[in-house]
Amino acid sequence: MDIKELYQEIILDHGKNPRNKNICKDFNKDAKGHNPLCGDKVHIFLKLSNEKKLENISFEGEGCAISMASASIMTEIIKGKQFNIAKKIQEDFLNMIKEGSKLNMNSLSDTENMTMMSLSGVKRFPMRVKCATLAWHTFIEAVEGNKKIVNTEN
Amino acid sequence: MDIKEIKSKFPIFKNKVNGKQLVYLDSANSSQKPKTVIDRISKFYSKEFSNVGRSVHSLAVTATNRFEETRDLMQRYVNAKSREEIIFTKNATEAINLVASSYGEKFIKSGDEILITELEHHANYVPWHFIREKKGATIKFAECNERGEVDIDEIKKLISNKTKIIAVTHISNVTGAIMPIKKIVDLASQKKIPVLVDGCQGAPHIKLDMQELGCDFYTISCHKMYGPTGVGILYAKKKWLDILPPYQGGGGMIEEVKKDNITFPGSPTRFEAGTLQTAEVVGFSESIKFIEDVGIKNIMKHEKEILEYGLEKIKKNNSVKIIGEPKNRGSIISFSIKGIHPHDIATILDEDGVAIRAGHHCCQILHDKMGLVASARASLGIYNSKEDIDILSNAIKKCKKIFNN
Repeated sequence: MDIKELYQEIILDHGKNPRNKNICKDFNKDAKGHNPLCGDKVHIFLKLSNEKKLENISFEGEGCAISMASASIMTEIIKGKQFNIAKKIQEDFLNMIKEGSKLNMNSLSDTENMTMMSLSGVKRFPMRVKCATLAWHTFIEAVEGNKKIVNTEN
Repeated sequence: MDIKEIKSKFPIFKNKVNGKQLVYLDSANSSQKPKTVIDRISKFYSKEFSNVGRSVHSLAVTATNRFEETRDLMQRYVNAKSREEIIFTKNATEAINLVASSYGEKFIKSGDEILITELEHHANYVPWHFIREKKGATIKFAECNERGEVDIDEIKKLISNKTKIIAVTHISNVTGAIMPIKKIVDLASQKKIPVLVDGCQGAPHIKLDMQELGCDFYTISCHKMYGPTGVGILYAKKKWLDILPPYQGGGGMIEEVKKDNITFPGSPTRFEAGTLQTAEVVGFSESIKFIEDVGIKNIMKHEKEILEYGLEKIKKNNSVKIIGEPKNRGSIISFSIKGIHPHDIATILDEDGVAIRAGHHCCQILHDKMGLVASARASLGIYNSKEDIDILSNAIKKCKKIFNN
């Protein structure tokens, strides 16, 4: 396989110019993700409304192009969506990366689908799967986990 | 010296990686194995295997003799005074843990100081951390300078009346800095402080002479010395082995066992509990023979030549920054490329069959100090050639092209 299938333009673009890479001011949930094996670090900040809508999401972090692009792509895609939908997208994404299965979410636009698909090449690089999935696991932890949930109001 | 011929002794190089010839630049992590080592393990299991040091049947005698021959070879390799000063462990990490635990238990008290450096691999920090926690001791870190080396004065100024041990690497596995061990030992001996040397990056690459070096403990990773995994060596001066308590308890390390008392034999038996990695130790004898056949001086000369060629070639690439510039450097080149994370570098290089290491190389303290999260590292072995460096250099250019910087 050509290495360019892994490092596609979309990934390189998100890696170099990550979207939503900041601490969004209105966040009410956050979680940190760390991959001690390779040092990738990501911190997810999000605002979840009472109706469980992801009104805002952003991230901070340091890591390889794959981990940063994946975090950037994730925030772009799930921002504004209901959490239950975002969770399905996350499961779909993990299946694509780990099992090589196709995305089967109908609710995504063609552009969103294409953007997520750009990370499908990671499947063939087992050592890099954790880089691609780190942000997605951390996002779930921020909403559902109990390890670190910070409320700016408290 | 015919490197092609030497390389042909390593079966792994007959395989393609991602359809390309393998350029193995990860020997500081673990080296490849010559066929003689692989065959020796197979022969041992096929014809000579038995547990060692226990039974009296013929196979046990043969196996014990083969096993103990490696100890003799190692005694000669490091120029230890006696064979009892060579202890087999499962790896260098265990060898350091053994000293930290046994020496720490007996000699380190609350308020005492353990002196290490910022260059240390986690294996020469974490075991001391355990002792720090257990005994209420302090760990002092001798600072490394911008060249990625630790100046002898940095060590000198941290030695105090509370210093109970100095534990330093022989060669940094990140910057390649060769430490002035003899000078450190001279300083330490004035105050009767024992010195432990983490020799993982030293033993495969430079001539070792414990009498000349003078350190109290020297730890070796055999799988970095063209040997099997699962074998490490602790060299320790007999005066310590005579008084240190055993590290692990079990079969093989006892003298007499009664319900109310247990006595222990001397070294090395005292420190080798349970059945050891017999076949691997026997296989390792062939690694020592391999290194001695090539000649450590020839290895040093060859690796220096490739190292200098590599440094020069990589320095020409403006976007590559070499990490550390020690005056005395072992065969290690760590580097970073602006705008490209080391893991991306490693993945792209791998596509061209070039195996390097990316990460913090078990040296987070050093990376923090240098303001880096991770780095890429190319490390040499006897099988590397200038051609390998050329392929590395071209693959690095490819990284730039893919990332378009």
